[in-house]
Amino acid sequence: MRTLPFRVGKPVLSLRARATPVASVMFASLVPLLLPVVADWPFLPPFGLLMLLGWRLLRPGFFLPWAPLPLGAFDDLASGQPIGSAMLLWTLAFLAIDASERALLWRDYLQDWIVAAAAIAFCLAGGYLLALLAGGDAPVLSFVPQLLASILVFPVIARLCARIDIWRLK
Amino acid sequence: MARPYNRRTGYSRRAQYGLFFSYVAAVSGAVVALLLLILSAVDPNGFGALKGAVSDATLPISNAGRAVGATVSGVFTNLGSYIDAAGQVRRLEREAAANKTRLIEARALAYENGRLKRLLRMEEQGTRAVTVGRLVASTGTSIRRYAILNAGFVHGVRQGMPVRGPGGLVGRVASAGAASARVGLVTDGGTVVPVRRVPDGMPAIATGTGDGFIDIRALGAENTTFKVGDVFVTSGAGGVYPPNIPVAVIRRRTRDALLARPVADPTAFDFAAVLPIYQPQVEVQRRALPPLPGQ
Repeated sequence: MRTLPFRVGKPVLSLRARATPVASVMFASLVPLLLPVVADWPFLPPFGLLMLLGWRLLRPGFFLPWAPLPLGAFDDLASGQPIGSAMLLWTLAFLAIDASERALLWRDYLQDWIVAAAAIAFCLAGGYLLALLAGGDAPVLSFVPQLLASILVFPVIARLCARIDIWRLK
Repeated sequence: MARPYNRRTGYSRRAQYGLFFSYVAAVSGAVVALLLLILSAVDPNGFGALKGAVSDATLPISNAGRAVGATVSGVFTNLGSYIDAAGQVRRLEREAAANKTRLIEARALAYENGRLKRLLRMEEQGTRAVTVGRLVASTGTSIRRYAILNAGFVHGVRQGMPVRGPGGLVGRVASAGAASARVGLVTDGGTVVPVRRVPDGMPAIATGTGDGFIDIRALGAENTTFKVGDVFVTSGAGGVYPPNIPVAVIRRRTRDALLARPVADPTAFDFAAVLPIYQPQVEVQRRALPPLPGQ
């Protein structure tokens, strides 16, 4: 690993390297609004969450533990969920991933995928319950196709994060 | 692969404190999020300005995307039309002949209707649309069913206004941005519309189910009189939706519910007209009362 020169008062990473992960997560949150589709039922994966998990598992130290709060608030504004839902669930998922990393010494690709799948399942189920609380209504199994799609799409998003990572650190 | 060390602070006191406080910030932020959730359960349309700003920002792209989608599907439709031109002409001629008869009948009915209304001295206020836009996008990840309309505050759209398409009721404006608005569709679980069955005026309540259907419940009586194929229109009760806008047709009967499909297919990207609130004074009175949680 290349050691970075230590300089006082100046950030080690360039602005591009620091802003790209944040901007990519925010853009991913907006993707459902950009697609010209009026959906009858929730069928799109939560791209913002997938992107955030992709970055979290690729660069464990990049996002601080409170980073999901502002990113989740932005996602709530775009996604139609009650405000606070992604803020709460994403932060809890991050804390859980932090705790799991203290327990797991080794990791590989499949293990990352399982961790991400658990986080996605938690966030979608929690989002469903919180939306019910805020006055929505939907059958219990309505988010299951979305959940399966999200888990299957996650490796693609993880690869995308890796490509963006190469570009941002160039 | 060995896990890379996450946030190893070493012996630096400052780094240790920094890490500790970032966890404190995360947990206290989660508590704030919980409070915001309670707030949005009480007032689901809160933060309307911020939501409007987000949909305003994405509007140019979703507008362009809609045009692309329409062009692509238009090319295929046009190709199909060329291939099947002769058959189409024959079919259209047949339809035109049938429609001529129906048109004459409809004119007669309209005349009779006008005569009867004069007889009753019933003056129905014509509801003029505030503005007309198109549904260009939607929230596809949440179980809430909101569509984005490409008309907003500057076009006169305000929160709470009913929205109808050419076919029938589309929903109600949940929040209005400057140039875009978020419309809670009739299929959203939070939308409740007072309706009545078309020929006999049997009152009912239509609630979205969140998965493209509308749940029809009779008021007072049992559901047994409603059957598959019944058509429901807005009743005008409650003072929000103007009366006689088509809402839903019952498609399926389950053990404890009657599931209807909306008359206006919101997924068709069609025009949508924003109507003024039918009886604004009723809405003002309702707002003066404390809101019920979950409504």
